[in-house]
Amino acid sequence: MDLLTLQEYWWFLVSVIGALFVFMTFVQGGQTLLYRLGRTEDERDLLINSLGRKWELTFTMLVMFGGALFAAFPLFYAVSFGGAYYVWMAILFCFIIQAVAYEYRKKPDNLYGEKFYEILLYINGSLGIFLIGVALGTLFSGGNFVVNSSHLSHWTMQSYGLEALLNPFNVAFGLMLVFLSRMQAGLYFLNSLDAPAIVQRIKKVVTINFIMFLVLFLFVLGMILFSQGLVYNPTTGVVSVKSMKFLHSFLDMPILLVLLVVGVVSLLWGVFIALVKNSDKAIWFTGFGVILTVTIVMLILGLDNSVYYPSLADMQSSLTIANSSGSHYTLSVMAVVSLLVPVVAGYIFFVWRSMDKTKLTIDEIKSDSHHY
Amino acid sequence: MEHTALLVDWSRAQFALTALYHWLFVPLTLGLTFIVAIMETIYVKTSDEKWKTITKYWMGLLAINFAIGLATGIIMEFEFGTNWSNYSWIVGDIFGAPLAIEGLMAFFMESTFFAVMFFGWNKVSKKMHLTSTWLVAIGSNLSALWILLANGWMQHPVGMHFNPDTARNEMQNFSEVVFNPNGVSKFLHTISSGYVLASLFVIGISAWYLLKKRDTEFARRSIIVASSFGLLASIYLITTGDEAAHQVALTQPMKLAAMEGLYKGEQRAGIVAVGLLNSSKQIGDDLDPFLAKIEIPDALSILGYHRLNAFVPGIDDLISGNKKHNIISISQKMQMGKIAVEALGAYKIYKKEHDMLHAQEALKTFEAHEKYMGYGYLKKPSDAVPSVALTFYSFHTMVGLGFWFLVLFIITLYYSMMNQMHNKRWIQYLALFTIPFGYVAQETGWITAEVGRQPWAIQDLLPVGMATSNVAPTSVMITFWLFAILFTGLLIAEVKIMLKQIKVGPEGH
Ligand code: HDD
Ligand code: HEM
Ligand code: HEM
Repeated sequence: MDLLTLQEYWWFLVSVIGALFVFMTFVQGGQTLLYRLGRTEDERDLLINSLGRKWELTFTMLVMFGGALFAAFPLFYAVSFGGAYYVWMAILFCFIIQAVAYEYRKKPDNLYGEKFYEILLYINGSLGIFLIGVALGTLFSGGNFVVNSSHLSHWTMQSYGLEALLNPFNVAFGLMLVFLSRMQAGLYFLNSLDAPAIVQRIKKVVTINFIMFLVLFLFVLGMILFSQGLVYNPTTGVVSVKSMKFLHSFLDMPILLVLLVVGVVSLLWGVFIALVKNSDKAIWFTGFGVILTVTIVMLILGLDNSVYYPSLADMQSSLTIANSSGSHYTLSVMAVVSLLVPVVAGYIFFVWRSMDKTKLTIDEIKSDSHHY
Repeated sequence: MEHTALLVDWSRAQFALTALYHWLFVPLTLGLTFIVAIMETIYVKTSDEKWKTITKYWMGLLAINFAIGLATGIIMEFEFGTNWSNYSWIVGDIFGAPLAIEGLMAFFMESTFFAVMFFGWNKVSKKMHLTSTWLVAIGSNLSALWILLANGWMQHPVGMHFNPDTARNEMQNFSEVVFNPNGVSKFLHTISSGYVLASLFVIGISAWYLLKKRDTEFARRSIIVASSFGLLASIYLITTGDEAAHQVALTQPMKLAAMEGLYKGEQRAGIVAVGLLNSSKQIGDDLDPFLAKIEIPDALSILGYHRLNAFVPGIDDLISGNKKHNIISISQKMQMGKIAVEALGAYKIYKKEHDMLHAQEALKTFEAHEKYMGYGYLKKPSDAVPSVALTFYSFHTMVGLGFWFLVLFIITLYYSMMNQMHNKRWIQYLALFTIPFGYVAQETGWITAEVGRQPWAIQDLLPVGMATSNVAPTSVMITFWLFAILFTGLLIAEVKIMLKQIKVGPEGH
């Protein structure tokens, strides 16, 4: 395979992993709804235990996202992580605190008390997801970095990434993910819990978060389609501005536009059957919709000579899949390794199925020897 | 780009802190997953409910440890980018691959089957549960494989070449990276060290029950499993430790010299078994490096090079060169390195000006001196020497403890087979108090490996000073303290929870 094909293939994989991560953030959304949906301690335990069977998968997906970027686009890894230092560090702190919270919350002698670990879960679910959204937003809106001729980079702002919070687009992106994850959490609970009292409260939560999400999504999508974007010249590598860049890209590649529409429709259909038809299968439709939509939105950044990480400090430093990737050899080796993906997806699916055969109940948690 | 010493120091401190913390939890996971898998296998084979209780009890402690292992692990993955971003570009083409493979092959396996192991007792068949437990064990050891291959590559970079146009090292041969003898020996030594630590942990806690005269049957069975496993593992550990030292001798002679406090090289060099370093010793002077020592003659030549007559270079030989043994001095290497650095700069300028003739010439000069490019960034020859005291004492602590653990396993295995453990209080105390030393051996092992590698981030290729991100030192200082506070806070909580669970015991009193 030629280099560009490999770069595109790897950008596609990164997009899919990113999309799967966004889907899996229903775990985080659920963490922010413990008190909204659970009125008694038993109910909250049920909610936490239902999320607790999935949280590691979300966590691992984030790690995988980092690993794939490192292997395939090491320049992005260096430029963004080493430059937008505070933002990434803040994100990491939000995830460090999650990892212990499930296991330690209910344990006797846990030093800080149950409530403390619930707060950690809340921070992870709200601030953590918001900041990830902000960071993803900068893929469109750009960062303040300069890359020199030896490909070494530095950030031009002493706020090391925090300045991204001043950009309304990034903020909207972050909030959008927060509302999405909360809505998804509601739908996940509908599917996995056998607890009528909780289920009753879910509809309202889903409705509110869906409306908020939709407004932000339309704003973000509008900004993406109608703002100017950066393109590079594939022979010289020179970067230039193009108005309505991503709208043009979608029109050039109508198949992506179709898939985007399918994704959005699937998401809307899921919400519809949950709210109107009282279905508990909605998560599968919205989940499919989220995965497809996010994949396409990420993918468009890497195709059609787009810049996927614009530099606000020096336009010519902007990153593209062509100028930031690993070597041809490494991308090929890793492409072979990526044949493992279906195997991994297969056993995850199999385990998920066999663990979720029946819905979770409060009685089951109480009788189980190990629970969160 | 040269970085301020302050930035480099804080970045190193932060990496050391987070890695040392991560390593408090990983070795227990590496070993305990196997121990519980063995216990569960016995349960499935015998259908004896007691074994199920035993399995579940140790799994409970594993879960507490695992959670904080994940918490401290995620930061390490991203730290290469956040704090060593030049490094990430310069060697990312090779180094990124094992990290990504680790995620794909190992982390998903661990986290998926982990859920079955803990929540699947009543949801899946006995067989599938057992399989899941084994897969968690295999997964955690696979994750060790890939990360240690990455680390082994830093110690002994192979399978790549420098591309002057992208100014980075690019992978050329993946199988050389995977079968790097340094990486393989690291992997084998490190996983067996995890098995040893986990065995010490199980034996020590079981001994506490015996001291308290409770849950004695549970303790006895746990001790038999852990002593057998630990004994095998510690024999293997010492064998692979010898191989690790052999690898160091071949590829990192300066590290070996620091590990042994050897200044003047010699044939038939001995090993200092116990020694007190002389702190006023300077490179090149005639002071004895030791105030006091007990030496085993000839052992270093044999262990390091597997030959009685092998010459083991000391720090002085490596710094000043040694004609007789074909060792080039550091200042010569620095000179050649500077030529390489300058030629590379010239090459870039000529290429920009489309002066291909001169560019080719510069490239030739560069290639002739490329091997020493890393040395071109050192300021003075003594920069090439790691902290001798830290490396020496760490290494000797680890080795000494390694032999002690072997003895302990023999004792506990013997007495538990004889069914005498419960009335030998001195053994119970010994076993209990050895637990912290297991951790000491682990941490000192890594200090030997990583401090001994200094000043290189990548041996001979990239000094740490060149490897950091270009951020303000204060920002790294801030995150350093945040990590120190957060991890310490979590560690204390973890230890408290663990102690409580131990007090509660297998029967849930
Ligand atoms: C229970 C812990 C433990 C024990 C008892 C030992 N080791 Fe070890 N050792 C480790 C745990 C460890 C480790 C933490 O796993 C290290 C750190 C880096 C590595 O590869 O393994 C290590 C590193 C390490 C290195 C440095 C490798 C390098 O720099 O790349 C050498 C030469 C040895 N060991 C040799 C030994 C010998 C000869 C031992 C004889 C008893 C021994 N170790 C016992
Ligand atoms: C000697 C070196 C290391 C070994 C053997 C090792 C092994 C492990 C193991 C067994 C785990 C499972 C959880 C636990 O700790 O209990 C783990 C977690 C983790 N480690 Fe390490 N680790 C090492 C160092 C590192 C380094 C340098 C990195 C950075 C790349 C890293 C990244 C991680 C991450 C991201 C996790 C969380 C994994 C998850 O999502 O499941 N580790 N490591
Ligand atoms: C988990 C066990 C590990 C421990 C306890 C550990 C310990 C340390 C320590 C003490 C330092 C600072 C050395 C100094 O500045 O003097 C360091 C640096 C470093 N280590 Fe490790 N290390 C571990 C595993 C690894 C692994 C598996 C990798 C790579 C895959 C790695 C990569 C690095 C890097 C990139 C640095 C910074 C650059 C440098 O100082 O050379 N470490 N580590």
